[in-house]
Amino acid sequence: MPKALVVDHVTKEYKLGALAHETMLREALVNLVRYPFRRRPRREEETINALKDVSFTVETGGVVGIIGRNGAGKSTLLKILSRITYPTSGTIQLEGRVASLLEVGTGFHEELTGRENVYLNGSVLGMKKREIDVLLDEIIDFAGIHRFIDTPIKRYSSGMRLRLGFAVAAHLQTDILLVDEVLAVGDFEFQKKCLSKIENLHRGGRTVLFVSHNTAAVEHLCPRTLWIDQGQVRQDGATADVIRDYLAHFSASLRTDPNLVDLQEREGTGEVRFTGIEFLDVAGQPMHIIRSGDELTIRLHYNATRNLENARFGIDLHTDWGTHVASICTPVSGWQIPYLSAGEGYVEVALEGLNLTPGRYWISLWTTGPNHFSSAKNGWDVLPRCKALDIEPSDFFNSGKGVDRGYGFVLLPCKWNLHDACEPADAVPDAQGTGKRARQ
Amino acid sequence: MLLRWCKNAWPYRELFFFLAWRDVKIRYRQTVLGASWAVLQPLVTMLVFTVLFGRMAKVPSDGIPYPLFSYSALLLWTYFSVALSGGSGALVGNAELIRKVYFPREALPAAPILAALVDLSVGMILLFGMMVYYHVPFTWHLLFLPLLVVELVVFAIAVSLVLASINVKYRDVKHALPFVIQLWMFLSPVIYPTTMVPERYRFLLALNPLTGIIETWRACIFSGRIMNWSLLEISIGVTALFLFLGASYFKSTERKFADII
Repeated sequence: MPKALVVDHVTKEYKLGALAHETMLREALVNLVRYPFRRRPRREEETINALKDVSFTVETGGVVGIIGRNGAGKSTLLKILSRITYPTSGTIQLEGRVASLLEVGTGFHEELTGRENVYLNGSVLGMKKREIDVLLDEIIDFAGIHRFIDTPIKRYSSGMRLRLGFAVAAHLQTDILLVDEVLAVGDFEFQKKCLSKIENLHRGGRTVLFVSHNTAAVEHLCPRTLWIDQGQVRQDGATADVIRDYLAHFSASLRTDPNLVDLQEREGTGEVRFTGIEFLDVAGQPMHIIRSGDELTIRLHYNATRNLENARFGIDLHTDWGTHVASICTPVSGWQIPYLSAGEGYVEVALEGLNLTPGRYWISLWTTGPNHFSSAKNGWDVLPRCKALDIEPSDFFNSGKGVDRGYGFVLLPCKWNLHDACEPADAVPDAQGTGKRARQ
Repeated sequence: MLLRWCKNAWPYRELFFFLAWRDVKIRYRQTVLGASWAVLQPLVTMLVFTVLFGRMAKVPSDGIPYPLFSYSALLLWTYFSVALSGGSGALVGNAELIRKVYFPREALPAAPILAALVDLSVGMILLFGMMVYYHVPFTWHLLFLPLLVVELVVFAIAVSLVLASINVKYRDVKHALPFVIQLWMFLSPVIYPTTMVPERYRFLLALNPLTGIIETWRACIFSGRIMNWSLLEISIGVTALFLFLGASYFKSTERKFADII
């Protein structure tokens, strides 16, 4: 296979602090007068390596995902590939025309109309006027802003701007396309459009480098993925493997002490105190990655100060924005705990198929006595938002399509059927999901 | 080096045009007077100069009516100063673009310089009007005017390439430039003829490419004037030198633009 892109031992160094001292011409002149014959004394310059000795190649027509934490060097890499900035050492080779969607809509000018901006943006990205003439209708159509195309862009909403910007960039006739986090913005409909456009480009034989935090999107689009960590290629291989290791690494570093004893933000009378929370899999082992559809057991450790009667336990789930997603509690489940002995113990709840879309959920815990639980103060122990539950994307419906928050919070396992005029029954179902992912 | 540059920049040739077109559009959008600003600025300056230097200070104008004498040069001068301030601020003003997209960076300083040509053309109409008013005959020498404009554009680009790239690193340029432009006007034969300057200093004046351009410009308009070829030759030579130095400096600093802008 011919190579579309060869990155050979690329290192990019940034000097820290050097600029703050030297942005005034006056100072440069003073230094020139002070040290006319020799170079002025070297200041202790701190440098950071945004990229360290990065090498990889991509074959023509390949689609490669790039994942990594913020500041890992992903964007620097794309900047170097798109020739915006240059490597400190090492070389890159690119076969064919390169376009980057580093930031869609760059070069848009507020005072100009949508149509004018299409031409301007297109030419900035390297398109010819002739090409834009041909594609103009298609671009406007893709962006879905027919009515506003002759309105100055300063009257546009940010969503319209973004759509127009992406529409222009997506119609570029390039051999290599660099995509950076376009999915972080825009409404869901548009994100879907973008993804299918990128997919089409790939089918058309284009080489695509796709940077995203959305691991489901990467999993869906890219057979191969690079994991960039601290400026280096940490892993390069099949997407499924790389993403699995990436998530595992992440959760290990994120999920800290499940200890709830020292938590200050709590209410209640204190007969019982929650001491810990654990996420366990079916085998009773701690789970480090929890994905949509997983079976999950939540174990709550407590310490009761005395023997108690009619204990009740409950868990509430909220989103980051405070939307109440679900509540599970012993009385509603119809489970009675008539007697709770003094001392330490734990209560477990098993969730069959965690059919929630990926993202962060906050767990609140409460436990109370037989008296009707009217306010947090009456409870024995109440811990609002005491633990984050991070759910990672998965192929929930076994359809190859990643599902995200754009689909709401809840995933409903489903089976489709078609009965049309010609074929009375048993058409091939489009998607079927049981909601229980096989554990690997 | 030139060849490689051409090969690299050729696919982007339309970008130069589009950026210039953008500058023209933006300049006159939401303005009441629109393109008449192009005439107003040299016209009002001309009126002031006519009163100050023509009437009160009695600066000689080699027999040409002073308003026409100063306006013809002010037209070029206004163009040059607008082009220079636009061109030198173009990189910093488009920092966003530089940080996000690759394209030949020269297009940014070149754009406002090309855009200012629209103003110059509008101003030319008034110049021709004044020539009719003062009964200055139209001769075939006028055909050389566009060539002089080409040299002026090249010189403006050469100087802007240097100033624009210095400006990326040292923002002082924007403070120094208005002052430099003002001084520069008095060092160019805009309000006075070169003949007013003592013979032994004329050589120094000639090193300023604008001297040759303006004097030749006047010689083409007023056919009675003597054409000073050596002035023009020096002017073209210095312009070429500036272009070489400007382009080299720009090229050597270009790689760091995105990192430090």
